[in-house]
Amino acid sequence: MTQLWIISGYLGLLLLLGLFANRLFSGTKSDYQLASHSIGPFLLLMSLFGTTMTAFALVGSSGEAYKEGIGVYGMLASSSGIIHSLCFFLIGVKVWSLARKHGYTTQIQYFRERLESDNLGLLLFPLLVGLVIPYLLIGVLSSGIVVQNMTAGAFPDFAAFATKTPATHGGVPPWIGSLVVCLVVMCYVFLGGMRGTAWANAFQTVVFMILGVVTFCVVANKLGGKESLWENLQTLGEAIPHDKATRADMSKTKFFSYLLIPLSVGMFPHLFQHWLTAKSAKTFKLPVIAHPVFIMIVWVPCVLVGVWATTNLIPLKPPLPKIPGTDVVNANAILPFLVKTQTSDLLGGLLTAGILAAIMSSLDSQFLCLGTMFSTDIINHYRKEPLSDRQQVQTTRLFIVGIVALTYLLSLSNYRSVFALAVWCFSGFSALFPLIFAAVYWKRLTKAGAYACVLAVTGVWGYLFYLSGYGANRTYSLSFSLGENTYQVMPVAAIFLASLVAMVGVSLVTRPPKPGTLEKFFAD
Amino acid sequence: MSGSRSAFRVPISAFPKMPRILLVAILVLLVLHQDNWFWTDARLVFGFMPVGLFYHACISIAASIMWFWATKYCWPEETATHGGSE
Repeated sequence: MTQLWIISGYLGLLLLLGLFANRLFSGTKSDYQLASHSIGPFLLLMSLFGTTMTAFALVGSSGEAYKEGIGVYGMLASSSGIIHSLCFFLIGVKVWSLARKHGYTTQIQYFRERLESDNLGLLLFPLLVGLVIPYLLIGVLSSGIVVQNMTAGAFPDFAAFATKTPATHGGVPPWIGSLVVCLVVMCYVFLGGMRGTAWANAFQTVVFMILGVVTFCVVANKLGGKESLWENLQTLGEAIPHDKATRADMSKTKFFSYLLIPLSVGMFPHLFQHWLTAKSAKTFKLPVIAHPVFIMIVWVPCVLVGVWATTNLIPLKPPLPKIPGTDVVNANAILPFLVKTQTSDLLGGLLTAGILAAIMSSLDSQFLCLGTMFSTDIINHYRKEPLSDRQQVQTTRLFIVGIVALTYLLSLSNYRSVFALAVWCFSGFSALFPLIFAAVYWKRLTKAGAYACVLAVTGVWGYLFYLSGYGANRTYSLSFSLGENTYQVMPVAAIFLASLVAMVGVSLVTRPPKPGTLEKFFAD
Repeated sequence: MSGSRSAFRVPISAFPKMPRILLVAILVLLVLHQDNWFWTDARLVFGFMPVGLFYHACISIAASIMWFWATKYCWPEETATHGGSE
């Protein structure tokens, strides 16, 4: 029950933050959607980092490490440290400048003008929204799982909260946990807009980073059973099975092709919106520098906790949580389970707040971004008379409520397949990276080239997604032979290649953009 | 079509251009990232951290150092006037 009170208190604190941000809200569209371009280096760092560190980073990293071993860090974390900052440096600063100059709020506004095509927006819009929604679902579902695991035993006699698995029995069911988290995020985004979101992100990022390190130490001390933290770390390290301490079972080419996944941040619409909140180009310096080390601070402890869960030092009782209806360990519940069983109620509650913080710091940006896109790129764009500032704020808020409701309803369906969608979402955004890069740096990119790129991504992504059983085959990869050897690569490699070839090929054989457009976007 | 036009001026030439040395540094880091040499090595660094994980944590630190250097020596000169009309 202690955990429940702490979680409730934490969520209440976020609501207060939203209310406070609302008091500073000037009432304009720019203030609501972009915090009036007032975000400084520290807040930008925290909001960019908090947004990119999703449920996948905390709950998923420990779960994947449990299944695949330490190689998960190299696959997704150290590569992200290099490539995310590269995207902030090469794409972020440039689109920030262009958006400030031409008054853009969304990616689609930029693409429409850069590529002289109104309809390109209509093609991109469903694709971007379609790729963000599964990403949102991952957060909503994770929050439900975390709350249920952490409150297990709080209501042992309440029949509606009973489960067959002892690890979750008597806990708040996922549908209630997810609903509450959705409502809290919706409230502070609704009230505080981008300013509230940036503050909440900064606050939540500090919370989950500190509590993540605390969890690591507490769990190590409990599992190790020795006197000092150092001795416990060594005991746990020695107990890690060989296959989890190495990448013996991992394909080298598949590992290499994972390098393409972090390029997704270049095309995330919610990051694009965050970039535009920066006060100046110099504001980007701190995020560019600190992002790789911040990733390390969050991921290394999570990966170690995940591989520790494979050792024989894990107590047999209570057993690791299983996927409902199966005997398979629910890897995504490993972190909350260890927090619940290896720490005190007070710390467990605080650590749950930390996990929820990581989840919510991504959800808020995504909800705000989709609301902004609906309001700006669809409603306002196709009206003869543009909406007033006040009306645009209202429509953004209205769409935020609609998207939260839709995401929540979708989250009530089968959850297992959704986690498998994470890498597919990132793959889709990564494959669109050539489009933003070429739009920014390649004068020869044409409207037809952009269409070819988007259609190639849609077609190849859709085909491979179908072949993977709509994400059900979570280890799905492509194989090719070279001599006597067979190599595996992630599907993103094929989608990315198709996107790049289609864009470059079609651009080169079609009419270049008008000189006026090139002058506008490439004045140097 | 787009939002309100801002009076904010940013010289287009002030965008980050990638000096060759930074490009080389990024490529070196990406090559080092594919550490075939520790692939099946289960040794522990400091007695608790598998060497493969330790190595990649060092890659993260090296990336931060490289980006620190890049922001110091490869950052575009910002001559923009701030305070747009929005």
